[in-house]
Amino acid sequence: MDASFLPAALAAHAPVLGVVVPLFMAAVLVAVPNGRFAWGVVLASTVFALFIAFELVAQTRLSGVVSYQLGGWAPPHGIEFRIDELNSVIVLLIGAMGVLSAIFALPSVADEISPGKRGLFYAAFLVCFSGLNGVALTGDAFNLFVFLEISSLGTYALVAMGHQNDRQALTASFNYLVMGTIGATFFVIGVGFLYMATGTLNMADIARIVVDMPGNRVVEIAFAFILVGVGLKAALFPLHLWLPSAYSFAPNFVTVFLATTATKVAFYVIIRFMFDVFDPQSAFVMMSLTWVVMPLAIAGMILASAQAIFQTDARRLLAYSSVAQVGYMMLGLGMGTAIGVSAGVLHLLNHALMKGALFMALGAFAYSYGVRRISDFRGLGQALPGVAAAFTIGALSLIGVPFTVGFVSKFYLVQAALANGWWWAVAAIVFSSVLAVFYVYRILVVMWVHPAPEGRERIRPVPLMILVPLWILVAANIYFGVHADFMVDLANAAAQAAINAEAGS
Amino acid sequence: MTMSPHVILRVVSKVLIPFIVVFGFYVHFHGEYSPGGGFQAGVILASAVILYALIFGVDAARRAVPPAVVRVGFALGAMLYAGVGFATLLLGGDFLDYDVLHPDLSHHTGQHMGIILIEIGVLVTVTCVMIAIFYAFAGRTPEISEEDW
Amino acid sequence: MVELLADRFNYAVIIVLMMVGLYAVIASANLVKRLVGLTIFQTSVFLLYITIGKVFGGEPPILPGDVAHGYHAEDHFSHAVYSNPLPHVLILTAIVVGVATLAMGLALVVRIREAYGTIEDVEISDADYSSEVERGA
Repeated sequence: MDASFLPAALAAHAPVLGVVVPLFMAAVLVAVPNGRFAWGVVLASTVFALFIAFELVAQTRLSGVVSYQLGGWAPPHGIEFRIDELNSVIVLLIGAMGVLSAIFALPSVADEISPGKRGLFYAAFLVCFSGLNGVALTGDAFNLFVFLEISSLGTYALVAMGHQNDRQALTASFNYLVMGTIGATFFVIGVGFLYMATGTLNMADIARIVVDMPGNRVVEIAFAFILVGVGLKAALFPLHLWLPSAYSFAPNFVTVFLATTATKVAFYVIIRFMFDVFDPQSAFVMMSLTWVVMPLAIAGMILASAQAIFQTDARRLLAYSSVAQVGYMMLGLGMGTAIGVSAGVLHLLNHALMKGALFMALGAFAYSYGVRRISDFRGLGQALPGVAAAFTIGALSLIGVPFTVGFVSKFYLVQAALANGWWWAVAAIVFSSVLAVFYVYRILVVMWVHPAPEGRERIRPVPLMILVPLWILVAANIYFGVHADFMVDLANAAAQAAINAEAGS
Repeated sequence: MTMSPHVILRVVSKVLIPFIVVFGFYVHFHGEYSPGGGFQAGVILASAVILYALIFGVDAARRAVPPAVVRVGFALGAMLYAGVGFATLLLGGDFLDYDVLHPDLSHHTGQHMGIILIEIGVLVTVTCVMIAIFYAFAGRTPEISEEDW
Repeated sequence: MVELLADRFNYAVIIVLMMVGLYAVIASANLVKRLVGLTIFQTSVFLLYITIGKVFGGEPPILPGDVAHGYHAEDHFSHAVYSNPLPHVLILTAIVVGVATLAMGLALVVRIREAYGTIEDVEISDADYSSEVERGA
């Protein structure tokens, strides 16, 4: 294996190590809950997971599909970790965002979480992190549910920790818990029906069997349950009701990490099931793509963007914008073509870059001035020009201005829509982007044009630990906006893997 | 002992608790051949501690099984589970491939060792988590005084 | 009709439980009752899985003592009909997940009660609304 840059022993077990090492470290943190030590462990684990992710990307580039059997039981009977070019990209995203937000965490968590809680807070983060990795890596449908719930349980705890700033974090977390659990249970029902119809839980095996049962009612019901269940986790409009509150009341660090990974991983699960496990050529899946996914995607793009315009809390505004962006990704899927899926995956990656930068910039404002509401952002452009500039670039990327990643993914989306002859989808993309101009404009004007209020004191300067990951993300926004090839390649390979997997196996 | 109003409860539970613990261990160690195992046994063991806390008060239970021990316990259980996995990796097998734990393949000795070790991990974790959940909730309300119940 | 129901008695019960659970989650304003509904909903899924695994006329998938110790399970099971054990194992895991979720939810309810002094949805929204108004003014 030439592409491998980890020792051979590590490389061979890379899939399982990416999940187990963070989980093991979480247990260590529970035993030794010390804030500083915990942060070090978190950083080390995320960096390790990032290396594993690079390794997996390299391996899948080389050999297509990497299969790892747990416990020496051969699939389809044993649990299998199955990595192709679709999930290696997702693991790379989780790893990269894990490292960046872990760097961001040190000052931000010290600011927002009381010292006694930090050790366990980081432990919950590692549980969430390893759960997300597990969802991305596993090739077993029920195992996927377990990892989904592991990550979600970590997430509920993390969101609830925002209560030290605002007690509404508790109700936000509770609502997220109720909806998330309903979603996960729907998913399990779907998996149960699939097991009923096929007698197997291995996703590649299900895919192989399901192709031969077109029009099977049980399979169709399974599809519906899984789509609704994972749609809840992915905040697919109109199942997004938990998202705005969860994002706006969670600690800043948690919002940065969740906005860039959690919904993305759920979205990956949707792609995996729609195009890999179920047969996208079958009439039922095709029909639900065209008549359910596509209309909901467009409705989400427009309605959530419109709702974002009227928000007073900056993070809530971006949260509604996230719902709209999920709409873009779903639109890509709804086309049901390889270039559509590729555009969806590309937007998934790019959206993580821009929302990561935007939420980190908001975190810097909150850290330095204690402001969260848009009306309090007056004069921040003069007070913190560096962070404000970073926010502006991220915001422009969100609108889709040329030379940013936002433009690239919208360009590919439009191309894919035109290839299908869906001119109305192009109109929806443009219209939603105009709405994005409105809500971004509201923040930018307050930030750059309005004078600072009298007597506002800077609490403390923005530390390097926040600035460095923020500017890395902003630089990525511009770099990949100009040199789009790398990301487009990844997305294309991922789409190919998703579409062809069921044909090949 | 002064005449407490709960002499019967206390005496009966003092007699019962050891049996509950023994039953827990039975369910655990017989779990390899019959229904049972770490999950069920862990809940039974925890129920012994919870019964003790209900009868003698949460403070007494906290002295008997300190919360710090419980927290370290559930971490250690998880670490034991994962540790078995790492051990199998170091011995050259896949993750949790118990066969490499022992060279005697014809009697599946490695499988026995592996399953017993990870079940002990599960037992410790489940017991400690259940006790921890109980402590977390019970610690939130003031202790009920002798006269009130 | 009766025969149809009798054949699918388990499924009928599962559907009823599922709807009861979902209704309780959606309709009750009390946060604890919502969690109760959620648990009923999850339990219906456990029953669904167990029903899938049942083989009529099958015995429990447990090795008799002599066979278990002798490692000749193949001889015993080659001609025996036994229920599918896999769904049971899955549901054991799902129960653990459900317990974890329930504990997490109850912990949140305790904290909500400490922060707001109530666990009624409407009163919590009222409290949030009035604090929002205060902040805005």
